[in-house]
Amino acid sequence: MAKTIKEINEKIKKGEAVVVTAEEIIDIVEKKGAKRAAQQVDVVTTGTFGPMCSSGAYINIGHATPRIKLGGEQAYLNDVPLYTGFAAVDALIGATALPDDDPRNKTFPGEFKYGGGHVIEDLVAGKDLELVATAYGTDCYPRKKLETWVNIKDLNEAVLFNPRNAYQNYNVAVNLSDKVIYTYMGMLKPKLGNANYCSAGQLSPLLNDPCYKTIGIGTKIFLGGGVGYVVWQGTQFNPSVPRKENRTPSAPAGCLGVLGDLKRMSPEWLLGTSMLGYGTTLTVGIGIPIPVLNEEICQCTAVKDDDIWTQIVDYSEDYPQGKKGSLGEVDYAQLKTGKIVIEGKEVPTGSLSSYPKAVEIANTLKKWIKKGDFLLTEPVAYLPGPNTGYTFKPLEERPIEN
Amino acid sequence: MLKDSPSTPPCIHFFEVVMMITKRIVLHFPHRVADQPIVYKLARDYDLEFNILKAYITPEEGGLLVLELRGENKNYNQGIQYLAGVGIETQPLSQDVIRNETRCSHCGVCVPLCPAGAFVVEPSTREVHFHDTKCIACGLCVKFCPIRAMEVSF
Ligand code: SF4
Ligand code: SF4
Repeated sequence: MAKTIKEINEKIKKGEAVVVTAEEIIDIVEKKGAKRAAQQVDVVTTGTFGPMCSSGAYINIGHATPRIKLGGEQAYLNDVPLYTGFAAVDALIGATALPDDDPRNKTFPGEFKYGGGHVIEDLVAGKDLELVATAYGTDCYPRKKLETWVNIKDLNEAVLFNPRNAYQNYNVAVNLSDKVIYTYMGMLKPKLGNANYCSAGQLSPLLNDPCYKTIGIGTKIFLGGGVGYVVWQGTQFNPSVPRKENRTPSAPAGCLGVLGDLKRMSPEWLLGTSMLGYGTTLTVGIGIPIPVLNEEICQCTAVKDDDIWTQIVDYSEDYPQGKKGSLGEVDYAQLKTGKIVIEGKEVPTGSLSSYPKAVEIANTLKKWIKKGDFLLTEPVAYLPGPNTGYTFKPLEERPIEN
Repeated sequence: MLKDSPSTPPCIHFFEVVMMITKRIVLHFPHRVADQPIVYKLARDYDLEFNILKAYITPEEGGLLVLELRGENKNYNQGIQYLAGVGIETQPLSQDVIRNETRCSHCGVCVPLCPAGAFVVEPSTREVHFHDTKCIACGLCVKFCPIRAMEVSF
């Protein structure tokens, strides 16, 4: 018999809901079958913890006296430039922003010790940060210079707003060339020296709801140790990729735009990250509850690493040159053995996404729900599904004639 | 003359000249010298005995070598100068690389990259164990660990 989110929430309020993680549901469905499991289990919790570059936070710093208009001007937090193209004292910190004097890749590979991701981590950790701003001055905002310490507790708003997080599956990155390369997928040794992957696999939120039947706009989630919401499909949302019989995509597909109150998050789940030779980013913790409304949804949450496949992509030539193609397909169970075989060669694997932390997130969310602290939400709109034809395209350049 | 330089007692002076030393060092090879017979030259031209403790070299990437060198102090110093001249960075094997346990996320991207195999994934929990006894303090992970959980402690 099908359940509704309302009914599940009633159970959560009474402390009677049966909540398990996406790892625990695997055995339950194997033993009891999806039909019985769907009757017994109310919520399955998922988790993921990995570097997610499309992350940022917007803040409102409050008005100084006399007033200054940062809008359209220059402002820095700990030397990292902010995006100020908003009203007078709103600004956005992007995870990949770098100080103007960061050497970048001038001495290769650049170390990228501090950037926007680190600013967000320091902010959420409650550290004082240096705000420096210059402006042209107007009649209503006469001030031209501002230099002050700021702290998250004094900001009017501090909101984590990530346009693309929680990828549903991702490439395995390798290097076919004969020199070491440094990518957003980590350091890749030459001639298939290592293979890096980045997904929580069987615990990953969108792999447990492959066709977006429950996760939609308005879904309440664990975000950076606090509470957040899914606010849109992620940029580059691409549900139209090939899928396996269990409906999981075998290439990067869905992703999520998420938002939440940064003031209530924790630096444990938002880590400033430095990819050698690439740049800075933010490692984000996300956990999403899946209401077990029926047998079909239950079956999807029981997906195992052996049933989730992904593509092996060369990052020395194919990826940078935008060439389509895969060196082969592997499943996450193979990746997790520590080695895979590519073109007849045994290649050691490394993961950028932390599975132990994904487990911790799924367990934390489970605890919140069991305690009655976290109720589920009904999506206010659904994400474009696999059969909608929704896709994402490369840039067609149209040269500008002068 | 020796009487005029009390800071250099004759015995010490004499001792320095013929002092035999044994040192453990890490050699960082750039790509272009990876195929040169460096160790052979150290032995032949500088009369240094060597013991290769760890080696991690590929012609494509360069790499690193942990050597125990034994020989006369003077020859040792000239040997190190020779290495610097051909573009090899040397570093004494005295520093320690440690893991900041609260910062490490147990992602595991270090596992296939550490030349000494010091990181091992525990299959059941997928936690990444750091075996510091295997670590040769090459310093690579200090740079490539994405959340910079590996630190040099002197
Ligand atoms: S790469 Fe860094 S964070 Fe990841 S397991 Fe290794 S030491 Fe820990
Ligand atoms: S310093 Fe890091 S990469 Fe080098 S041997 Fe030790 S653990 Fe491995």
